[in-house]
Amino acid sequence: MIEFKLPSLGADMDEGTLLEWCVQPGDVLKRGQVVAIVDTTKAAIDVECWDEGTVEEFLVAPGTKVPVNAVLALLRAPGETPEEAARWKAQRRAAPEAAPAFAPGEPAPSVAPVGAAAVAPVAERRRVSPAARKLAERRGVALDALVGSGPEGAIVVEDVERAAKGVAPPVVPVPGAVVPAAERAAQMRSTIAAAMARSKREIPHYYLATDIPLALASRWLEQRNAERPVTERLLMAALYVKAVARALLRFPEFNGFVREGRFEPSAQVHVGVAVSLRQGGLIAPAILNTDRLVIDQLMRELGDLVKRARAFTLRSSELSAPTVTLTNLGEQGVDAVFGIIYPPQVALVGFGSVRERPWAENGELQLMPVVTATLAADHRASDGHRGSLFLAEVRSLLQRPESL
Amino acid sequence: MKTSYREAMRQAIREALERDPRVFLMGEDVGKYGGSYAVSLGLLEQFGPERIRDTPLSELAFVGCGVGAALGGVRPIVEVMTVNFSLLALDQILNNAALLRHMSGGQVSVPLVIRMATGAGRQLAAQHSHSLEGWYAHIPGIRILAPATVQDARSMLWPALQDPNPVLIFEHVLLYNTEGEVDASQPGDITRARIERTGSDLTVITYGGMLSKALDAAQQLAAEGISAEVVDLRVLRPLDEMTFLDSVRKTRRAVIVDEGWRSGSLSAEISARIMEQAFYDLDAPVARVCSAEVPIPYPKHLEDAALPQPQGIVAAARALLGRS
Repeated sequence: MIEFKLPSLGADMDEGTLLEWCVQPGDVLKRGQVVAIVDTTKAAIDVECWDEGTVEEFLVAPGTKVPVNAVLALLRAPGETPEEAARWKAQRRAAPEAAPAFAPGEPAPSVAPVGAAAVAPVAERRRVSPAARKLAERRGVALDALVGSGPEGAIVVEDVERAAKGVAPPVVPVPGAVVPAAERAAQMRSTIAAAMARSKREIPHYYLATDIPLALASRWLEQRNAERPVTERLLMAALYVKAVARALLRFPEFNGFVREGRFEPSAQVHVGVAVSLRQGGLIAPAILNTDRLVIDQLMRELGDLVKRARAFTLRSSELSAPTVTLTNLGEQGVDAVFGIIYPPQVALVGFGSVRERPWAENGELQLMPVVTATLAADHRASDGHRGSLFLAEVRSLLQRPESL
Repeated sequence: MKTSYREAMRQAIREALERDPRVFLMGEDVGKYGGSYAVSLGLLEQFGPERIRDTPLSELAFVGCGVGAALGGVRPIVEVMTVNFSLLALDQILNNAALLRHMSGGQVSVPLVIRMATGAGRQLAAQHSHSLEGWYAHIPGIRILAPATVQDARSMLWPALQDPNPVLIFEHVLLYNTEGEVDASQPGDITRARIERTGSDLTVITYGGMLSKALDAAQQLAAEGISAEVVDLRVLRPLDEMTFLDSVRKTRRAVIVDEGWRSGSLSAEISARIMEQAFYDLDAPVARVCSAEVPIPYPKHLEDAALPQPQGIVAAARALLGRS
């Protein structure tokens, strides 16, 4: 018997409301299939299941609010007979677990108000088998995006192999959220407040900024876009994302997570892109394996991600994956953005507007399109010296757009 | 043609007596009675009382005689009725047999073979049923063998007699009546473990009387789609760790099945070596299936309950794979 639990979709999520089941009891699940839509106060998320099995029973009814890790449903493992399942359930009833799931209709337990969470709970240490950890490092798989299938939910080699193969889960269109818009906006605000307050409380931020001339990049984009229909045009944002991803490969101390006070670099680069939502608030889903995408593909994924973020059809793996965040406030006309790191990440890269500015170079003054790039980084993982080199690398990469 | 484990052991002793005039057998009831487990039946008639010697009921004395005889240049095979009684001779085994080569700076060696029965399962009650071979495997200077198959019963004795150091052979009481094919020409090996069944999902490491239970469990697991590799240790000291470490590195999971008590057991030693040398290849904690930490009970149902059984091995294997 497999317990399908509510996954955590980010450091700031500790509960979710089940909106809808996308499967029926008796359905045979494929790995990565979307089985439920869960409202996380930020958005309605398609939650994928990484086990194969047959849906045996739902333990939570739509409309119920449950904490992270609550058992939502029971799945019969391949080869498990209904008799074995019945026996398992009888044993489970005989020995109730410490954290029981909530019966449908039962009021959800009250969750401490955000303000009261002055001491943010330390993220629980994930169980990862030594072999899985080693393989993940070699293959460059981010463990955070994985769901474990081993004993006690441990991530084992098979889980890493599955992720390395990049099993892309299917996208299921989702109807809108059931929570009224005003309430949702308020919830999202308090969620963002909790995460950002925790970040400012726990993370010793330092900030750096640099001006990046974009004459070469602009010219390259113009030439490239001249030959293309409007729908296939590249935006400067795609170059930013790619340049940051490439720079992170050389500066791993900005890509990863701080857990229990220790920095764990991620071998894979999943750049989370901050997307503002129309009804207010924001969300930062990941472009998976950003560094490996060619620029056209990256542009397509970026467009798709923004569209789906606004339509609430993100996948759970995209929400839990980001290893770093990029925010681009260029469209709003500000010159620079000094961001707050999204915990447990260790860096946030910001881009302001591209403006024509007077630019002195080689003893000459000229007009130059310039963007101010900023880095907010966690001093527990890196120092300003490395941060400067990182931003310099981003700048240097943007001078060679054809190489991105 | 199939041969019993008992008969294979007898053939091995007979062969040794025929090949080397320095070899002789001694122990309680090995002559006229033919051995407590009838291993030496008929040997007295064939080889006479000089070479098949009944001894008084005194393990300390006759194991000591064996040590002295080996020092004197002959090749004694000493039979001790059961491992529980061998404790009376522990002083001779540890303080003399295992140490003299070291303490004499190599001037003398003790080419002694001690055979004894071990293990439970025949309702012989606590004083005849324990598995203490793990204690002996703690001692440097001796080699510990645990033939689990009829072929090993036939072929391990001769190379054991060639070893210049003491060799202890543990014969599980449940094995004497088992049958198997024997190739008498196959040279014996007393250095390596053996993969008894290949598999890919987990490694079951065991020896002696537990091998057949491990193979039973592997068969049940196969029916559930779990592929278990089974390693027969064969040699408990010095351990052939390469074989089981390679296997665990391949399958990434290990269950150790040991009829000894869990605390301070051979299974603990194997588990520790896996941690020391294959930690980064593991996908799950090492699991152990051992005897309950009680004196082995006399009543059949309690004796069965106290010993490792196939269903316990199957359950441990399932748990390692995250299946309930």
